[in-house]
Amino acid sequence: MYAQMIKSEASQDDPEKLAAFQARIDAGEKIEPKDWMPAGYRKTLIRQIGQHAHSEIVGQLPEGNWITRAPTLERKAILLAKVQDEAGHGLYLYCAAETLGVSRDELTEMLLDGRMKYSSIFAYPTLTWADMGAVGWLVDGAAIMNQVPLQRTSYGPYARSMVRICKEESFHQRQGFDIMMKMANGTDAQKRMAQDALNRFWYPSLMMFGPSDKESVHSEQSMAWKIKMNSNDELRQKFVDQTVPQAEYLGLTIPDETLAFNEDKGGYDFAEPDWSEFFDVLKGNGPCSVERIEARQKAWDDGAWVREARLAHAAKKQAAKVAAE
Amino acid sequence: MRLIHQHGAGAPWQRGDAMKQEWPLWEVFIRGQHGLSHRHVGSLHATDAAHAIQNARDVYTRRKEGVSIWVVPAADITASSPDDKGSLYDPADDKVYRHPTFFDIPDDVGAM
Repeated sequence: MYAQMIKSEASQDDPEKLAAFQARIDAGEKIEPKDWMPAGYRKTLIRQIGQHAHSEIVGQLPEGNWITRAPTLERKAILLAKVQDEAGHGLYLYCAAETLGVSRDELTEMLLDGRMKYSSIFAYPTLTWADMGAVGWLVDGAAIMNQVPLQRTSYGPYARSMVRICKEESFHQRQGFDIMMKMANGTDAQKRMAQDALNRFWYPSLMMFGPSDKESVHSEQSMAWKIKMNSNDELRQKFVDQTVPQAEYLGLTIPDETLAFNEDKGGYDFAEPDWSEFFDVLKGNGPCSVERIEARQKAWDDGAWVREARLAHAAKKQAAKVAAE
Repeated sequence: MRLIHQHGAGAPWQRGDAMKQEWPLWEVFIRGQHGLSHRHVGSLHATDAAHAIQNARDVYTRRKEGVSIWVVPAADITASSPDDKGSLYDPADDKVYRHPTFFDIPDDVGAM
C-alpha cells in the first residue's frame, strides 16, 4: 500500500490510561490532536501518515515523466490535473501528520535521508504511455482498496484527509482505465503496449499491499488502534477479484498462469509476487529508487531560494506595516 | 478552564528554532456554494495571508468546493482543552427540554 511495513511502536504508558484510550477507540470515538494518546500510537501514526504523504509526492514523478509527451492536448490536461491532485493528497496528509507534533521540514528531511520510506510501487519506471493507463487503473485501484476503509480510521485528521482523497481518487482510476480501453482497442502495437504495461505493473501492484499478514508482527496492534483496518491478504484478494474481470473486459491477460477462480472461497487463486524483490525495493534498490530521491532532493534544493525569498518578503512587508501603524 | 493553542508544538519560528525557516501554518476555512457557513478543511503553509489564500485555492478548491476562503494563522487559534469536556458539555445532559421532541403535542393540533 502507500504505507507498507509500518512498524507498530509498543507503548510504555500507564496501563489505566492505555485501557481508557483503547475503550474510546473500541467505542468508535475519533482521537483528535489534543487528546491524550499513547506515545506508540503517535509515533506509529507519524510513520504511517508520513510514508503515505511521501508516496503521494514521489508518486508524481513516474506520471510527471509523461506530461510533456501525452498523445493529445486533452490527455495532457487530464494527466496534469491528476498529478496536481497527487500533490494535493500529499499536502492533506502532511497536514494530518503535523497535528501529531512533527514538522513538515522534518518529514521532508527524513524522506531525503532515507529514514522514511515511500511506497515500493513508485520505484518502478514508466516506460510507455500505456503505463499511464496501468498506473491509474492498477496502482490507484490498489490505493483505493486501502484508502476507503481508512476513512473510518481512529485518528480524526487522518480520517478526514482520507475522505477528501477518496473523493478524488476515483477519477484517477477511471482515467487510467480509460487509457487502457483506448490502447486495448487500438492498433496491434497499442495492444502490445497495453499488455506489456500490465505485465510489468501486475506484481508490483500486488506488492503494494505488503507481505502476508502471517509475516507481519505489527498488524495486530495497528488493527486494535484502528489505524490499519484490513489485513494485507484480505485487501490483496479483494484487489485481484476486482481486477481480473476488468482485465478480461480489456482483452488483456494477467501475467499469472496459476490464476484460477476458486469456487470454494469465491475468489481467485493467484501467484504471490517475488517478496525478495519487494524487500530489496524497500531497501532502496528499486530500478528508479536513486532517481526518485535525487529528483526530490533537487526540487528541495532548487526551491530553497523561493522558500527564503518568500519569507524575507513577508518579513519586509510586515515591518513596513508595523512602521506605518 | 484551560485554553490551548490548536497546534501545541507551535510553528518552528515560535519555538525559536533559528535553523528551521519553515513557512507559518495557516488553517483554511471554505464556504460551499449552498449558503452554509465556512467550514474547516485543513491547513497549509504560507508566508503571509495573500499567499495562504492563493495556496488554499490550489490545495482545497480544485473542484469548485467553495465560493469563499478564510485563512487564519494557526498560532492565533485558541481552542478549548479536551480535559474540560466535562465541565463544558455535561451541563447540557439534563436539559433535554431544550429539544422540541421533549414536548408531546397532540396530533389534533396539526403541524407545529
